[in-house]
Amino acid sequence: MTRSSDDRRVAWVFLLPVLVGFTVFYLYPTARGIWYSVTDYSLLNTPTFVGADNYADLAGDPQFWRSLRVTAYYVVLNIGSQAVLALGLAALMHRLTRSVVVRAMLLVPWLVPNVTVALLWMWLLDANLGLVNHLLSGAGLGRQGFLTSPVWAMPSVALVNTWAYTGYTALLLYAGMLQIPAHLYESAALDGAGELRMFRLITLPLLRPVLALVLVVSLIGSFQIFDTVAVTTLGNPAGATRVVYLYIYEQAFRYFHMGYAAAAAMVLVVILGLLTAVQLRLLRASRSDLA
Amino acid sequence: MRRALAVLALLLPLAACTAEPADGKVTLNYWLWDDKQLPSYQTCADEFTKANPNVAIKFTQTAWSQYWQNLTTQLASGGAPDVWTDHASYYPQFVSSNQILDIQPFVERDGVDLGVYQAGLADLFVKDGKRYGLPKDWDTMALVYNTALVKDTTGLDALTWNPVDGGTFERAIAASTVDSQGRTGLDPAFDKANVKVYGFLPEWADGSQGQNGWGNLAVANGFTFLDKNPWGTRYRYDDPKLAQTIAWFTHLIDAGYAPRFDKQSTLGRDAVMDQGTGAFTFAGSWTISSYLGANAKQKYAFAPLPTGPAGRKTAINGLSDAIYAGTKHPDEAWAWVKFLGSAACQDIVGGNAVVFPAVRSGVEKALAAHKAAGRDVHVFTDQASAPGGTFFLPITDHGNEVSQIVQDAIQAVVLGQAAPAGALKKANDQVNALFK
Repeated sequence: MTRSSDDRRVAWVFLLPVLVGFTVFYLYPTARGIWYSVTDYSLLNTPTFVGADNYADLAGDPQFWRSLRVTAYYVVLNIGSQAVLALGLAALMHRLTRSVVVRAMLLVPWLVPNVTVALLWMWLLDANLGLVNHLLSGAGLGRQGFLTSPVWAMPSVALVNTWAYTGYTALLLYAGMLQIPAHLYESAALDGAGELRMFRLITLPLLRPVLALVLVVSLIGSFQIFDTVAVTTLGNPAGATRVVYLYIYEQAFRYFHMGYAAAAAMVLVVILGLLTAVQLRLLRASRSDLA
Repeated sequence: MRRALAVLALLLPLAACTAEPADGKVTLNYWLWDDKQLPSYQTCADEFTKANPNVAIKFTQTAWSQYWQNLTTQLASGGAPDVWTDHASYYPQFVSSNQILDIQPFVERDGVDLGVYQAGLADLFVKDGKRYGLPKDWDTMALVYNTALVKDTTGLDALTWNPVDGGTFERAIAASTVDSQGRTGLDPAFDKANVKVYGFLPEWADGSQGQNGWGNLAVANGFTFLDKNPWGTRYRYDDPKLAQTIAWFTHLIDAGYAPRFDKQSTLGRDAVMDQGTGAFTFAGSWTISSYLGANAKQKYAFAPLPTGPAGRKTAINGLSDAIYAGTKHPDEAWAWVKFLGSAACQDIVGGNAVVFPAVRSGVEKALAAHKAAGRDVHVFTDQASAPGGTFFLPITDHGNEVSQIVQDAIQAVVLGQAAPAGALKKANDQVNALFK
């Protein structure tokens, strides 16, 4: 028996629990999902094979396309605000303070369960009874239907999640910034470069692999927006916040169109896969300028 | 969230599994959604098990918002309850998937008297000669108002309404709307941009039936939902009488008598009423214990719905108890359902005055209990027994889909994104396409 085959056997022993988990919780459900997506299945009947019918119906379903547009709008709002704010916070921490207290404070919103965050903000932003509107009307500004106006509902949901996640994202970026050798900043400072110039020419380029990872993870996370909407707006007003996951959920658990919902989920998988590939390529994530 | 759902999906079947004891004792799983009614039915179960010592009833109460998802998931996984509380609008999907036991043979065998129930309720649960449940309770609608904000109560028991000028109902609403300067909606100087108290709070998350608002007025205007009910296959949301009704609601909003859709509370009308910034709204009889209860935050009273061009109409909705088609204990389950549908149990339920039981003697008990507690609720029962005073909510297939389509269309109208006639016509076409 060679040394390497012995190693391999040990490796299998260690990998087995993970593989079992992977098969039971990921591989099998995915395979089932793919199968259901080509069936007519209401949970209470036996699935019947319908070929590509579900996909054809999806292509012509204005509600599905609208939910994708609504989700994309949310993603742009959420990732946009979150990335800029988090980058700013991380840079401030990196160059000004390394206080543990500040870092801990940033993490607090992220530690609160999503549903609690959503409930909290639902009360704060309520048009009649909310504290925010109380302050607005006290200041002589009109009340705003943050979660009930078709214009404001989506930005409000994005705001809630930006509040919840920015601190966490900022910490990830900050950790990335700590990898950048300090001597680069020292020599730049000696050469007379200001903070903004150093941020643009040192921090941003060297942070790129971390930034790419953070963006990919938060892009996928943002596309999965569900709980905030499920708690605060339920897709209202008139579908303005019916994001694609809520749409899939409604198809599956309100109308019991399991096959159709599975097909919609598969389309989402493909879209996310493509977006991730494009993003990784654009940001050349695997190569660092540090090397 | 997804992970939580997955964990839930794994755990639920475990919780629902019942061990079969060796001593021949049968445990029936019984589901309901209303925590306020649980004590009444627990008392019924105690009475039932006294007479049937070999049967135990195990209760599971799940909040309304998860009730139907849970039930369907359980039916799919084979862990369904033997008996569950059923709703007229929700049961068609379980009939079409053969999940509910036909109890007509039992009813005939035991000679159950269906004449003891409030008229029409027993028939709601019949399709093609098969019976899918015995009635348990019902609800009707009325107006609820804050007695401190509605100063003039004369004529409140005989309000009129029409979609053109709103009748005396609109005058009452206008008179109780107050702006920040203390002027009412009838004052020519009324400032609709700064309203302190809204005369009326509409409900727009009201599905395809408008039970809590537009539905009652639309029917009072001569609108009918369907070609036939139950089990119709053509909806009539394109009826101009519905469009007129919705247009009247938008007029209330434009006049400043009701909050704009995009500036209304997401916390529900009850919360706004409790805050004292709404004078009138529609209320179902299931809300009596909140509005007239000891913990009510304002003083409230009920008034009958206004009379429209086609009369005074309230939605009436019925609940039943259904038996799972796959139950291992059909005889015991039938015995329990029969007891739940009997005067013996429904008098207990009525005595607790939470809902109006389907058996008429139970209604008397409920009224007596309300009266003893100083609560005036006769408007709900008067309207239920008035000839032609009620209409049943639509019972058809595809109920959930219809609900979403129509609700979205009506919200779009109220938001000003679409005109009533066009939006409702489009929604109606979408709805009727489901039945092709």
